[in-house]
Amino acid sequence: MRVADKLVQFVPPALLVVAVAFLGTFASRANEIYFRTALVDVAIVVGLYLFVGNSGVLSFGHISFVAVGAFGAGLMSVSSELKENVLPDLFPLLAHHSIGNVPSLLLAAGLGGAFAFLVGLPLMRLSGLAAGIATFAVLGITHNVLFNYTKIGPGATALTSIPETTGLMQAMGGALIAIGVAWLYQLSRFGRLLRATREDPAAAQAVGVSIHRQRLWAFTLSGAVCGFAGGLFVHELGTITTEDVYLDLTFLTLAMLVVGGAESLLGAVVGAVLISGLDSFLTTAEDGVHILGFKLDVKDGTHLVVLGALMAFVLVLRPSGITGGRELGLPRIGRRSVQQAGATSRGTP
Amino acid sequence: MVQTLINAVGLGSIYALMAVGIGLVFGVLRLVNFAYGQLIMAGAYAIALGSEHGWPEWASVLACFGVVIGLSLAMELTLFRPLRQASPATMLVATFAVAFLLQSIALLKFGSLVKSATIFPKLFDPVSHGRFETVRWITIVAIACAVVALLALTLMLDRTSIGLHMRAAASDFQTARILGVNANRVITLAVLLSGVLAATVSVILVVQNPFIEPRFALRDTIIVLVGVVVGGIDRLWTATLGGFAIGVASSVLTDQLSSQRSVYVDSFVFGLVILVLLLRPEGLFAPFRTRPVERA
Repeated sequence: MRVADKLVQFVPPALLVVAVAFLGTFASRANEIYFRTALVDVAIVVGLYLFVGNSGVLSFGHISFVAVGAFGAGLMSVSSELKENVLPDLFPLLAHHSIGNVPSLLLAAGLGGAFAFLVGLPLMRLSGLAAGIATFAVLGITHNVLFNYTKIGPGATALTSIPETTGLMQAMGGALIAIGVAWLYQLSRFGRLLRATREDPAAAQAVGVSIHRQRLWAFTLSGAVCGFAGGLFVHELGTITTEDVYLDLTFLTLAMLVVGGAESLLGAVVGAVLISGLDSFLTTAEDGVHILGFKLDVKDGTHLVVLGALMAFVLVLRPSGITGGRELGLPRIGRRSVQQAGATSRGTP
Repeated sequence: MVQTLINAVGLGSIYALMAVGIGLVFGVLRLVNFAYGQLIMAGAYAIALGSEHGWPEWASVLACFGVVIGLSLAMELTLFRPLRQASPATMLVATFAVAFLLQSIALLKFGSLVKSATIFPKLFDPVSHGRFETVRWITIVAIACAVVALLALTLMLDRTSIGLHMRAAASDFQTARILGVNANRVITLAVLLSGVLAATVSVILVVQNPFIEPRFALRDTIIVLVGVVVGGIDRLWTATLGGFAIGVASSVLTDQLSSQRSVYVDSFVFGLVILVLLLRPEGLFAPFRTRPVERA
């Protein structure tokens, strides 16, 4: 693979992220949150893509890694005096320590990765629907335990007063890190082996690829990225409940991935930016916006209806996602390219 | 003990009905319909509106069946049909989108507050005031409904030619088409039947829990979907048994765990699910045989 070919998998998604952050700097303070949300969504969806896109196995469990990262980072960044007052049941280790911004993000990534590894160890033997349902069961257990076990978290109440350190720049940096990790992974030997198992499990096994081991690698790495994204998520909101990281987020992020095109990094980023942006736009439209001189004034709650309808509509039109699950490619001179979606640049090879 | 068992079988029956509805569509379309719960929710709102406007009970029930079946067929025409060749992930996410859409419409139209519906209130009474205090008539009705529906379905699948077509389509859709099975007819019938079942479940659930909100039946649907896969989604009867088993298991667990632990009932159920999936990935009730290669 030529260097240009490798870079072209990284640059468009990264540019998209930078563009979103750049646009965000022009937004008013009230609207800036939408841009940060979009960037955090990108980080989560890229984490999800790292496993789902490369392995072809659908996972409903990745939000549990986001949840673990979010609660880990959130809980450890709240000052210990506050924790002793608000959350008296916590284990002493959790109650008496608190850490800064960057360590909490690293902790989130570590927690997500470790949890994913432990879960993946048995579960990665499964495939197809069984794998989907088993990962969903993991999400159910994570939510159930976080909701009820007050020694490790806030339980049914909201965890508040978390430092809101995920500004526009940090959100952009976080999204870029996630994209970078996913890019390096998909170029690596491991990424290619895993994609081989996606295309033809039998043939991959026949040449000596261990499906279980490759899936476990990807699952762990994507768990770490999702945990990290969870850290960004909690520092963006400043407050979190277990419901924030449960079914709705699971469906929304999966929809972003599939609408964008599950089998490419570009698809993951495009889907996240597009749906997140659309959601934000429609939400603001509920307060009334002016488009081309018309005042668009819609009832509260309409944005969800439009979002659902649009997602279904896009899938009917383009079942393999907006990008068709392909990266952008450079035009090739002299040989026919098989995997070329829409070559945009006419640069020299 | 006997009461626990009857209640468990009651919940199992409701879940079995839902499992059949999901399994029928999966059989012919290879599509896990996540929006099934929202169909039930829509039916429940139909009943709630009926009782709000003081309609007679039969009219409310009729409205419920009309709404649910209409929505099922609309879903098949606008979504399942164009996506018939798409990947399973796309189809699943498309049903997410529909589920999301229906739920948002309910939220927009009726708000997040509960709406109460009164229908067949007599059925909610206990069977007797002596020994069977916690067993309600509706539980008996649910069990009876499940038995009747399953018998009718079995007869249809076994004894009629359209049933034969459906079984053929479920076991190998391409070959069945080549042999002259009308795909659209078979799929429409499966969707229709699954809608009828959803409407039935809707009525039963509303009698049991007359407080309707946009998330009505969502948790039940998720548990049934899990149960269907655990039982073995490839065959209708294993899927049904899976739904039944997970209903019985969650009902017994809720009853037997002490109140302090009962908040963790979901964890226990899901833990069991993972265990079963690891031991029998092709389904708990699937016949034993070796699978050649894994299919992703």
